[in-house]
Amino acid sequence: MEDIELKKLEEKANEIRKMTIDEIGYLGVGHIGGALSVVEVLTVLYYKYMDVSPEDPKKKERDKLVLSKGHAGPALYCILADKGYFPKEWLHTLNVGGTNLPSHCDMNRTPGIDMTTGSLGQGISSAIGLALTNRINKSEKNVFLIIGDGESNEGQIWEGAMAAAHFKLNNLIAFTDYNKMQIDGYVHETMNIEDLNSKWLSFGWFVQRINGHNFRELEMAIDRAKEEKCRPSMIIMDTVKGKGAFFAEGRLDNHNMNFNYDTAKEACRILG
Amino acid sequence: MNNNNNIEMRAVYAQTLIKLAEEDDRIVLLEADLMKATGTTVFKNKFPDRIFNVGVAEANMVGIAAGLSAGGKIPFAASFGCFASRRAYDQFFISANYAQQNVKLVGTDPGISAAFNGGTHMPFEDAGIMRNIPKLVVFEPCDPVSLGKLIIQSAKHKGSTYMRLHRKAARVLYPENEEFELGKGKVLVDGTDVTIIATGVIMVNEALAAQEQLEKEGISAAVIDMHTIKPIDTELVSRYAKKTGAIITCENHQVINGLGSAVAETLSENNPTLMKRIGINDEFGEVGTQDYLQERFLLTAENITNSAKELLNKKKASSFKI
Repeated sequence: MEDIELKKLEEKANEIRKMTIDEIGYLGVGHIGGALSVVEVLTVLYYKYMDVSPEDPKKKERDKLVLSKGHAGPALYCILADKGYFPKEWLHTLNVGGTNLPSHCDMNRTPGIDMTTGSLGQGISSAIGLALTNRINKSEKNVFLIIGDGESNEGQIWEGAMAAAHFKLNNLIAFTDYNKMQIDGYVHETMNIEDLNSKWLSFGWFVQRINGHNFRELEMAIDRAKEEKCRPSMIIMDTVKGKGAFFAEGRLDNHNMNFNYDTAKEACRILG
Repeated sequence: MNNNNNIEMRAVYAQTLIKLAEEDDRIVLLEADLMKATGTTVFKNKFPDRIFNVGVAEANMVGIAAGLSAGGKIPFAASFGCFASRRAYDQFFISANYAQQNVKLVGTDPGISAAFNGGTHMPFEDAGIMRNIPKLVVFEPCDPVSLGKLIIQSAKHKGSTYMRLHRKAARVLYPENEEFELGKGKVLVDGTDVTIIATGVIMVNEALAAQEQLEKEGISAAVIDMHTIKPIDTELVSRYAKKTGAIITCENHQVINGLGSAVAETLSENNPTLMKRIGINDEFGEVGTQDYLQERFLLTAENITNSAKELLNKKKASSFKI
């Protein structure tokens, strides 16, 4: 990655991070922690890799994303708004009655959302279905999937892990947002998911482990995943829950937290 | 009854899907290690790239079906009814229905037809819990002809459906050219004294046997094949409530939240009418032959006949005059 591209992506991620803090802060409560930990992966996907058309959100031939940790939707909404899927003014309607931007991703309400998610564990199966569809249709497009670390407690994740490898879905590129925290505490204390690398490897996936906030590592991992010929890919991203928000970063209570709009504005000011 | 006129229902399921798949490349199938039971190996032989066996993982199967639908396919996914419904309920609820997808879920071996598989495999509540999913169409064909026609209707329907599929052989009740519509019951026999509303292979056949017996005793019973449990055919139920003033429902399913509940709900709101619900009365299933279980749970023509006579006595004595 050229320095100039890196700088652009870092600036874009910072902008998306600030928009996400503003969006949730305007409402005063929301899933800030897990939204901020996926900002870089969403940024690199939507501004470098994914072939999508904001002017034609349902275009048949396109790359798709299943955000299985659907509560991170507010971060994705900022990207979709920035790319022109809908007006940025919508961001201040998050979770307001009648909104098109609900707390969890809804493909029937929000232009640009490829799959409805929110019941944890289900996105991997949906993503497999989309990847199988591409195979039947002889489409070269990719399906990207983001799951959470707490979500990896769900049995359905491992049913999907088995099936995607069995069906040799090399067009499926998944990420685990390993921010080490779930609602009730640290993942290793609540329900340990280690050895995560070995688990995915033993299920038959091509596994890479990276810093999920580092664009060079994200780029290298996605490029290698795209070259994989017969296995689905799992990119385990070490991340920080609440990354970049001074009031939330690394705090165990940041999964779904209250913070007022002044705090949000202060956090955005600090981010520059 | 002509036993030579029996056809295996699962063969109709597979052949109908093959025919549909030949005409529409969106049709795909999913199985969870019960391909041999469902009889879809013939589909696999014909369309190996359009059927996916996910192994013993029903939740994953339904989730994958939702993803195939989101990609534009029309997936039919089958398992034993207990697993298709209870085990994969949240996946069917959220990924398929809440997400407004087009998943055709099939629960085989309804109620006592699970026989030797016993109580763990005997769904008495699947249609009931499915009835609570908003907008979902829930149906149970009673013969090979209606099965074939209703599968086609289901494929055409925009939205998810849940079908209870009796896999075994069933008597042909309808002529080959009969037409069916989801949500519209069929009057199999007309009558004036009492209406027997039944659903599924076992209970529609028992209802017809009861009707013959009642006729011998001078009682005119109408028999309705209510293949669609949701949406219930309110117009037909109301019409026969007015016509006969006595309704019996018959289902190979719990009376709680099944056909009996659906009919009672529409009657109590529109035409309060004397009624009796025949079905499983708040019990779990158990093992045995289908014949034994029919007696055990009173899913018999004899019970329907006796219930009809009791209801007619009540009708005479009650203030519910026609």
